[in-house]
Order: sequence, then C-alpha cells, then structure tokens
Amino acid sequence: MLGLPMAALVLKASTLELPEIWAIATNPVALSAYDVTFVTALWAVAINGIAGIAIAWVLVRYEFPGRRILDAAIDLPFALPTAVAGLTLSTIYSDVGWLGSLLAPFGIRVSFTRLGVAVAMIFISLPFVVRTVQPVLQDLEQEVEEAAWMLGATPWQTFWRVVLPPLVPAILTGVALGFSRAVGEYGSIVIIAGNLPFQDLIAPVLIFQRLEQFDYAGATVIGTVLLLVSLLVLLVINILQAWGRKYDN
Amino acid sequence: MTTKATDGAIANRQVSAGSTKNRRQDVSTGKWLLISAVVLYLGLVIFIPAINVFSQAFKGGVSEFIAAISSRNFRSAITLTVIMAIIAVPLNTIFGLCAARAIAHKQFRGRTLLLSIIDLPFSISPVVAGLMLILLYGRNGWFGPILEGNNIKIIFALPGMILATIFVTLPFVAREVLPALEEIGTSQEEAARTLGATDWQTFWRVTLPSIRWSLLYGMILTNARAMGEFGAIVVVSGNIGGKTQTLPLYVEEAHIQYQTQSAYAAATVLAGLAVVTLILKTLLEYRTAIKSSD
Repeated sequence: MLGLPMAALVLKASTLELPEIWAIATNPVALSAYDVTFVTALWAVAINGIAGIAIAWVLVRYEFPGRRILDAAIDLPFALPTAVAGLTLSTIYSDVGWLGSLLAPFGIRVSFTRLGVAVAMIFISLPFVVRTVQPVLQDLEQEVEEAAWMLGATPWQTFWRVVLPPLVPAILTGVALGFSRAVGEYGSIVIIAGNLPFQDLIAPVLIFQRLEQFDYAGATVIGTVLLLVSLLVLLVINILQAWGRKYDN
Repeated sequence: MTTKATDGAIANRQVSAGSTKNRRQDVSTGKWLLISAVVLYLGLVIFIPAINVFSQAFKGGVSEFIAAISSRNFRSAITLTVIMAIIAVPLNTIFGLCAARAIAHKQFRGRTLLLSIIDLPFSISPVVAGLMLILLYGRNGWFGPILEGNNIKIIFALPGMILATIFVTLPFVAREVLPALEEIGTSQEEAARTLGATDWQTFWRVTLPSIRWSLLYGMILTNARAMGEFGAIVVVSGNIGGKTQTLPLYVEEAHIQYQTQSAYAAATVLAGLAVVTLILKTLLEYRTAIKSSD
C-alpha cells in the first residue's frame, strides 16, 4: 500500500536522464512554483507559530466563558474538507466578500493572489502548533514561574527564560508538521488562487497541470522534489520529537 | 474630589499592598487582552469562514437549497462519498489495530523508522499520492498492460479512488490506538493469558474495551478525511460528473461553473459532517478526561 507507490514514483524518475531531470526540476515555472509554495508556507507557519503559542496559553491557563467551544473549534481545519475551506475563504476574501470588501479600498486583493495562498495555508496549518504546545504547557509546573516571579523577574523575563525554553521542541514540531501540511495542500489553494505561473501557482497544482497535459515525466520529477522535501521534514520532526523527549527526562 | 483624595491616601498608606494589587490588575488586563486577541484571530481564521458556509447555502432560501441537493450529479456524488468511507474506514481500522498491536510494547531496531513510514501519508502531498497511483496502475504504469489486458480499470474509476482514500487515511487509527495501548501496559493481557484466555478472547474482552475510545476517535478522523479528501481523488478519478465525482469534487466544479448555490449546498453537507466530527471528538475527550480523573 505504501512501498509500491513510492517505488513506482522513484523508479519512474530514475528512467529519465540526469540532465533531463535537472532541466525539468529547475525550469523557471517550477522554480517559481517552489518559491510560492515553500516561502508562503514558511510565512503561514511562522504566523501560526506565534498565534499558536498565544492560543495554547489562553486555552490552558485561563478560565473564561466559551473556552470549550474555542478549544473544539481549533480542530475545524482538520475536520473540514479542504474544498469547502477553499470555497468559503475565496468567497469571504473576494472583492465583494465580508472581509475582501474591507480590504479592497486599500488596494489589497486576497483571492486569486499569493496572499490568498497564504490565507489558505494559515487556515489549514492552524491546529498543529496549538495541539503540540497544549499538552506540554499543561504539564509545566506553575511553581517554577512563581519562583521566578518571587526572585524579582519581570513577566517578560519569566516568559522568555522560564516558560518558553521547555516549549521550544513542541513549538518547532508543530511548525514542521504545519509546514509539511501547507506545502502539500492542494484542495483549498487551487480554489482560492488564480493558479497562474510566476504569480500564485504552487507545486502540487503544477503537478496536476502536468498530469492533465499527459506530461508524466514533468509530473514525476516535480512530485519527486516534493516527496524529498516531505521526507526531509519528517526527519526533522523525528529529531525534534527525540529532543522533546530528552526535555521530559 | 474627596473620594479621589481618600483613595490616594489609602493607596499611599498601603504601598506594598497596592503594588501587589496593581500587578494583579496588570495580569488581569493582560489576560483579557490576550483572550480578545486570540478570539479575534480565531474569528478571522475559523469562525467567519465556517459561518459563511451556512449563510451562503441558505441565502436563496430553503427551497433553492433543496433544489440544489436533489440534482442527479449531487446524489451520485454523495453516494460515492459514502462508498469511500464505508470501504476505507473498516479496512484502515483493521490495519491500524494490527499495526499498533505489532508495534506497542516492543523495542526493536527501526521502530522509529516504522512509525515514520506509517506516518508518511500525512507528510506526502495528496497530489503526489495520486500521482504514485497513476504511475502504478495507469495506462502507462507498471501494472497498466496487465490490467488493460484483463479489462480492469483502476485509474479514472472507482477502484483507484478507493485506493487513494485508503492511502491518505492510513495512519489515523494506528496513531490514536498506539498511545492508548502503550498506556494500558501489558499486565492485564498477561493476567488474562495466564488464566487461560486465548489470544482472541484476550483481545475482545481485555484489550479492546480499554482502547475503545481511542479506536473510535481514530475511526471518526478516518471517516472525516475519507469523505473530505480532494487532492488525491481529483488526480486519480478524472472528475467525471455523475460518475467519478465525490462531494468535494462536486463543490469545486460547481464553484468553477459559477453555480454558487449548488457549490454551497454541497459544502454545507460536508461542513455539517465536520461539525458532527468535532462534537463527537469533544464528547470522546470529555469521556476520557472523566475516566482518567477517576
């Protein structure tokens, strides 16, 4: 189920000549697609990294009306089919949509631009950092913070020196998981973006377009590049998790 | 004036107490600021998009909604979506249980590697997953000639779509069940076996009851993804309306053809599924929390 399809991809790629692979992998349309995919995904997960810490903190440390509903809603991007996410985001951020019409007077367009790609990536990668940080924050002993406070640390110092360090492995794991999801995302982005080369075309959509043109070699090479990136991220996640476990002991 | 002066005098007399109080007030202001910021962010990213789905679907009234969901292509799409779930959920439940049981409580070389391999479908782009299946079963693929010789169609047909669904939902059950198995440990199972229970009896009477909530949770996630998958399905299905079009694909095509009403009607059905999934998940977590606090 897993091994055979991967072998098919890699072996198909290896039937091509090396210069040919290089030419397909680095053709300008492909390079721009990597740029849109990876750079936008980095921005999206960076924003969600910071927001995720704040969300996890609020959910774990504060008691307020509606907390349970917020907590449950965090998982919506996991549960909502991506086509639905793309549809509703593209409507909201279109020039006449609820939020798009507020941005339009400032000349900011979201739907059918790279900003739209970022919005979709932010949506689908939101839960990861929250869900990795939450359990670690829950286990953190509040006495240590009180001790820091008693010893005269400012709240800022307490946060940077006491609270944040044990959370770092969890934050980075969440960021890496979100990145891997954002890079592979297809459904929501194909709907909200214009999918134009050199503008807002992402790598998974490029693969799909190549397949539609029956350009199997092109699809395979770009697919292999994405696969290698996924494997690399998976390796990083494993290292981060091992690091996190070391923190526990 | 007088009250202000008195307040000032009291504050001056109780300097130490006052500073603690100020600090507490700072903390409380900070708390509400942070909560407001988080609510605002989640409102923008999650709640507004979610509310928009339902609001758009019923914009033209209930009758238009009903007209949209009674079209032939819509009914075919919903049937196909249910078929995906009916086949993928049981298969991946069995696989997940077997995989988790094989890995739990064992330390062996390559354990982390095996776990990563099971997780692969989460990291691989669904489009790449679909591409792999095409290279394997497509006309020019490995098994292409054999399949064509026997008149079996996998790509651009139901079997390919089922394979794609199974691929993308493979890890959920294993991922949920494994930590539960590790947590309950082996002592109860060993006790059952010592008392003469067969493997099968031990599994049904001892293991399964203690992991049932995690198992159920894994199955719910598998179901949600199976019904909602887009990228992998769109690549292998050919997206033929009324034939190989699942509900998510129907949403996209209706949207492209400016049939906004139909798109949102189908989207509402899928969003309803998502809401049910979240409610079940919250209930399950609530149950587990009660159980662990006992």
